[in-house]
Amino acid sequence: MHPVLKLVVQRLALGLVLLLAVSAVIFLGIEALPGDTAQAILGQAATEVSLANLREKLGLNEPALTRYFVWLWAALHGDLGVALTNGVDIATAIGQRFGNTLFLAGCAAVISVPLAITLGLVAARYNGRWPDKVISGLTLTTISLPEFVAAYFVIFLLTQVFPIFQPVAMVFPGMSFWAKLNAVALPVIVLVMVVLAHMMRMTRAAILNVMQSAYIETAELKGLTPMQVIWRHAFPNAIAPIVSVVILNLAYLVVGVVVVEVVFGYNALGQYLVDHVTKRDLPVVQAVGMIFAAVYIGLNILADVISIGANPRLRHPK
Amino acid sequence: MAEILLEFKDLRIEATSYPPGEPPRHVVLVDGVSVAVEKGKVLGLIGESGAGKSTIGLSAMAFGRGGVRLTGGQILLNGREIRTADAAGLRALRGREVTYVSQSAAASFNPARRIMEQVIETSISHGLMNKSDAEARAVDLFRQLGLPKPESFGTRYPHQVSGGQLQRAMTAMALCPKPDLVIFDEPTTALDVTTQIEVLAAIKLAIVQTGVAALYITHDLAVVAQVADHILVLRGGKKVEYGTTDQIINDPREDYTRALVSVRSIEHAEKSEARALLSVASVTARYRGTDFDVLKNVTVDLAPGQTLAIVGESGSGKSTLARVITGLLPAAQGRITFAGRVLSPDLLGRSKEDLRELQMIYQMADTAMNPRQTVGTIIGRPLEFYFGLKGEAKRQRIQELLDQIEMGKGYIDRYPAELSGGQKQRVCIARALAAKPKLIICDEVTSALDPLVADGILKLLLNLQAEAQVAYLFITHDIATVRAIADRIAVMFKGQVVRYGQKSDVLAPPYDDYTDLLLSSVPEMKLGWLEGVIAGRKMESAGN
Repeated sequence: MHPVLKLVVQRLALGLVLLLAVSAVIFLGIEALPGDTAQAILGQAATEVSLANLREKLGLNEPALTRYFVWLWAALHGDLGVALTNGVDIATAIGQRFGNTLFLAGCAAVISVPLAITLGLVAARYNGRWPDKVISGLTLTTISLPEFVAAYFVIFLLTQVFPIFQPVAMVFPGMSFWAKLNAVALPVIVLVMVVLAHMMRMTRAAILNVMQSAYIETAELKGLTPMQVIWRHAFPNAIAPIVSVVILNLAYLVVGVVVVEVVFGYNALGQYLVDHVTKRDLPVVQAVGMIFAAVYIGLNILADVISIGANPRLRHPK
Repeated sequence: MAEILLEFKDLRIEATSYPPGEPPRHVVLVDGVSVAVEKGKVLGLIGESGAGKSTIGLSAMAFGRGGVRLTGGQILLNGREIRTADAAGLRALRGREVTYVSQSAAASFNPARRIMEQVIETSISHGLMNKSDAEARAVDLFRQLGLPKPESFGTRYPHQVSGGQLQRAMTAMALCPKPDLVIFDEPTTALDVTTQIEVLAAIKLAIVQTGVAALYITHDLAVVAQVADHILVLRGGKKVEYGTTDQIINDPREDYTRALVSVRSIEHAEKSEARALLSVASVTARYRGTDFDVLKNVTVDLAPGQTLAIVGESGSGKSTLARVITGLLPAAQGRITFAGRVLSPDLLGRSKEDLRELQMIYQMADTAMNPRQTVGTIIGRPLEFYFGLKGEAKRQRIQELLDQIEMGKGYIDRYPAELSGGQKQRVCIARALAAKPKLIICDEVTSALDPLVADGILKLLLNLQAEAQVAYLFITHDIATVRAIADRIAVMFKGQVVRYGQKSDVLAPPYDDYTDLLLSSVPEMKLGWLEGVIAGRKMESAGN
């Protein structure tokens, strides 16, 4: 078997084991919370009798271990079950929201990744001179702002001072692609601001590290322009560290943007998850947790594969 | 008078160094050097490290490595002043008029790109040729330089070919854009002696066939004598002597040049004795996780107070033999007897006395010392560990040892960073002597040093041997060093001892094939030596 293929298969198998472990940890976490789903649904109106009835109805009286394996067995058969709180089919509820999550993350990634790498290359090219300082300063500023502050600032600037966009990012099925793009413009801007600095700084650092190598001097002595030296000779050797940081940020764009979703009223997975954690709705939390974990694991496998692909020593053994 | 291609006039090059814990220091690297290179001729730049040869070489491309600044004088290339040229002007000349071959091609090739892309890059980015012409020329050059499978050689990545092949590929890279001048910066120094001669012959042939001019930088006068038309001897950034190769080699005018020419003049009468201090019997060893023996059935003896030289190329197993004797790599089979007792194969099974009597000195003195300890602490440690010396007694003994290595007072509180390369190696010798050993293993101890400094170290080692009756196991790839110091010699090749005996026997004909190749590959300081050897080998292979 080709070494790269072998590695991917190994990682995938490991990823499945990890997912199983994650599901157990999520289950334990929910169990450890005070109260249960019945209490969360009934709230102040709970009486001993109504609680007992609801628990019976939701199957909460079974031992924890039984409930976990019942869930696991169904999940392995592709049945994520229904939400305990409102009886809605989880797969359906998640499907549309996950689409929204991916759309937002995708838009932010398409802008931020090329921008961050370009800015990183430019900053490395002008290391220590004014373009480097301006880029570093600006990206540091944007990453230093908490997300919600950045969000309100962007809303104020682009809906009040310059009324270009809508402050609320409402999307619904049947919207045209362009209307959707227009709707997510503001949250995308905020997310780009948040993830830009990390990727940009890693690109710059990785390039500057490679620039110490003897083969960079060779390239300079060939009479290449500084940008040719960086692009042709430094960048191919800096891919591995850059990719790992880019992937980390992509994962964040998928799983970590609940604050931005809330500020812009964007109906996506993060909000959905937080709502159901407060209600102790185990099947929903499990399902969303599994998706987030799978995204993380999948992206990290991708990062490994790209890093190996970028290294000719591994791609072309002697 | 031939046309002048490159001329340095009163060149001055400076840099600022930042020694740790001290204010920045201004240093003059090259001071008032004037020399010219004619079209199609080869100028050899020779000197020890710090002489400014590489700095001058790179200045022919108006390039200063690190913070090096070209501060004065003129650099005229094809009649143009290039020292003060702007960035665009420099890019136009680098790679087009002047190209560069570095000491370590392995580090100078981009590991992420195929060799062909890198070899033709200059020709294409300067618009000198189209891609197919450049590739055709590259293949021609690969063939000319004797690279295997020239048609497909360029499709490989740098890590897929050997060091000697990469060095030739870098020469092809330098010649591909048809430059006027190539700078060869110690192109064969990092290679094994048998590889060096092949690369040297390939470079010489390429220079002759393309008619390119060259600056050939090296610390090895015997090497430069084979390729250069003229030689400039440098010391401390200043010109010592300039002349034709013939005059510099056969009739040097300056004392310093004479010292360079006559280096390795140590006469060492061979001793012979039957008694063995160290006896390595049928030792076989392999590294964990590998499936081949790095040492195969090695048997050698060393008498007390004598020197056994282990000679061979990189990968021949000489350093592994040292690791096996010290116990760092336990032998799989065979027996090592030392001072009448059988040594445990594993380091952990050895007594403190075993450890004390068997000391080691390494090639890189730099990395063999803790940079945060003073010379006194470094030498004092074995005194404490083996003899329990403390306070004034210890300090007195350290000073004695410093006197023995001819370093005298004032060094005891210095840090390694404040010492020169030769002084660092002397401190390592003193540390080994401090344990009063019966045997010191010297692993390429002079390889990283300049010839004159190395000479001093060898003389010191011989004197110490006479005084303290210590035996040396001397590992080296350098035949000249072996001649200077050995009593007995073992020639190693691919993990086996192929020739073993007293120096006078091993270094006298009839030779086995490998020893013959090894001995005949060592550059000799006379004109036409390279041609003679190459012609001799061609005759042989034609005769076969």
